[in-house]
Amino acid sequence: MGYQRLPDDGDLPPQRIFDWPCRAWHWINALLVVVLIVSGYLIGTPLPSSSGDTSSLYVMGWLRFAHLASGQLFALGFLFRVYWAFNGNQYSWQLFLPTFWKKSWTDGFWAQIKWNLLLLKLAPRYVGLNPVANVIMLVLFVLPSLLTILTGFAMLAEVTGHDSWQYFCFGWMVSIFGNTLDLHLLHRLCLWALVCFTMSHIYIAIREDAVGRQTMVSTMLSGIRQYRR
Amino acid sequence: MSILTRSKRVITTAEVMESRGINRREFLGFCSMMAVMLGLGPEGSGKIAQAMEVKPRVPVLWLHGLECTCCSESFIRSSHPQASDVILSMISLDYDDTLMAAAGDQAEAIVDEIIRDYKGNYILAVEGNVPLAHDGWNCIVGGRPFKSRLQETARHAKAIIAWGTCAAFGCVQAARPNPTQATPISQLVEHVPVINVPGCPPIAEVMTGILTYMLTFDRLPDLDRQRRPKMFYGQRIHDKCYRRAHFDAGQFVESWDDEGARQGYCLYKLGCRGPTTYNACSTIGWNDGVSFPIKSGAPCMGCSEEGFWDRGPFYERLQGMQQFGIESNADMVGKAAAVGIGAAVGAHMAVSVAKKALQGRKDNASDEGNPS
Repeated sequence: MGYQRLPDDGDLPPQRIFDWPCRAWHWINALLVVVLIVSGYLIGTPLPSSSGDTSSLYVMGWLRFAHLASGQLFALGFLFRVYWAFNGNQYSWQLFLPTFWKKSWTDGFWAQIKWNLLLLKLAPRYVGLNPVANVIMLVLFVLPSLLTILTGFAMLAEVTGHDSWQYFCFGWMVSIFGNTLDLHLLHRLCLWALVCFTMSHIYIAIREDAVGRQTMVSTMLSGIRQYRR
Repeated sequence: MSILTRSKRVITTAEVMESRGINRREFLGFCSMMAVMLGLGPEGSGKIAQAMEVKPRVPVLWLHGLECTCCSESFIRSSHPQASDVILSMISLDYDDTLMAAAGDQAEAIVDEIIRDYKGNYILAVEGNVPLAHDGWNCIVGGRPFKSRLQETARHAKAIIAWGTCAAFGCVQAARPNPTQATPISQLVEHVPVINVPGCPPIAEVMTGILTYMLTFDRLPDLDRQRRPKMFYGQRIHDKCYRRAHFDAGQFVESWDDEGARQGYCLYKLGCRGPTTYNACSTIGWNDGVSFPIKSGAPCMGCSEEGFWDRGPFYERLQGMQQFGIESNADMVGKAAAVGIGAAVGAHMAVSVAKKALQGRKDNASDEGNPS
């Protein structure tokens, strides 16, 4: 079912949108993404040299630990989220597959575009994911995440070596590009895609909450969407 | 050099070495050295010695395509085993137009003889690649395009060794826009196994080590996905770099002659390609293990990696993205996008707030107008 527009007028009862595994995944994932972006940025362009005795310093070591550990948790989370797309409620798979072939979705998409261009007086009220936000999630979060996970594990395979399961599972990434520097480049571009996503995602959610007629941020906390007139 | 290989009696490598005045002690020393280099374990030395005493020598044809001869230069400077030993006794390098004294038709005839006498039984070593554009006239050897010479010799070879990054991946000749359409050997040869031994040039001991392995064991070494022998290309420069401790500590050379450079800090920030380069430089070293680029204070350029010429700039960590302007990289593109979205968000927010405020005032005004 996914997205469905609700009538513009009248009071609407609260709706349960996100089940608790989805919400837990969202916030854990958000935390991991922040850690990954910060540590990843600092791995590619490190801090100014630390001074002191080399044997007592482990700056890059800890950064890499933070990045690799949270990266693997991020991948596990992503896997779980894919699993939950099949086993969650009627909205949980929409993240991966917007129902763009349905008229209700395309109508909602254009309504959202108009609303965001300040052409609509009344904010659309709906259940499910906001179609515009959904597209942004797919293009700037889901696909870059998949790409970061693939390139990330391919680079981890470089560290763990030819005999590792990482190389067995992701070594083919190396064959695609030949030079593994390209993996780093793609991984870095994905970092920036996620930065762009984080900015637009937070803005859209908070704005919808403040100016629109339904809850967004608290929906991700409680799972329940409440509507205003 | 070809008398030995062309006589009918089977001549082993050990016999030839002996006839060259290399005594048994030196011979066994060489076998141990190779066994260690190839990582064959305690029994390896004996296996190599036995193979060299029993197996007939295998002729090697060494062709030169579009290249700079740096691979040959590296090869003849091999110190373990000494190049003279290798060339004159260990392998029968029957044809190498750069090293051999003969020239002209007679020299070229050797190639045909080897193909005839040792069909399917010789090793073809190729230095350089094949320019396919303009019917191959960018590389003429012996009056003919190199492409046809390669095809003739490759067809009946037992295995092909692609020496250097040129032969393995294309190197500078194949860098964008690749006007001569220089093409790596592995893309031109079918039905014959190709081993890539990249590097610009490859390390001499790596070259001799691979030849020794193939000649003594009569099989290819273990190869990775890019057909490189795992024994030498299995690990990154970064993994065995003696400056790795400085990387983990976060101590970097910031500019070419700062204190960090004097202290021998990690060259990561100056574009060292060690983390993405598979080679044995940081273990075997160059010139009899004297040094290698990082040890001399210069970042690794990643010369043994595919397309390394197109992955510049060499002295910057982030690879360039020419698609977005000649000096841009991922961070510039990413930051521009992030700033763009930030500006859009800011503007949108400002307009939304302004509109809300206006609407609020209007609502208030209308509320005051008609109190309900």
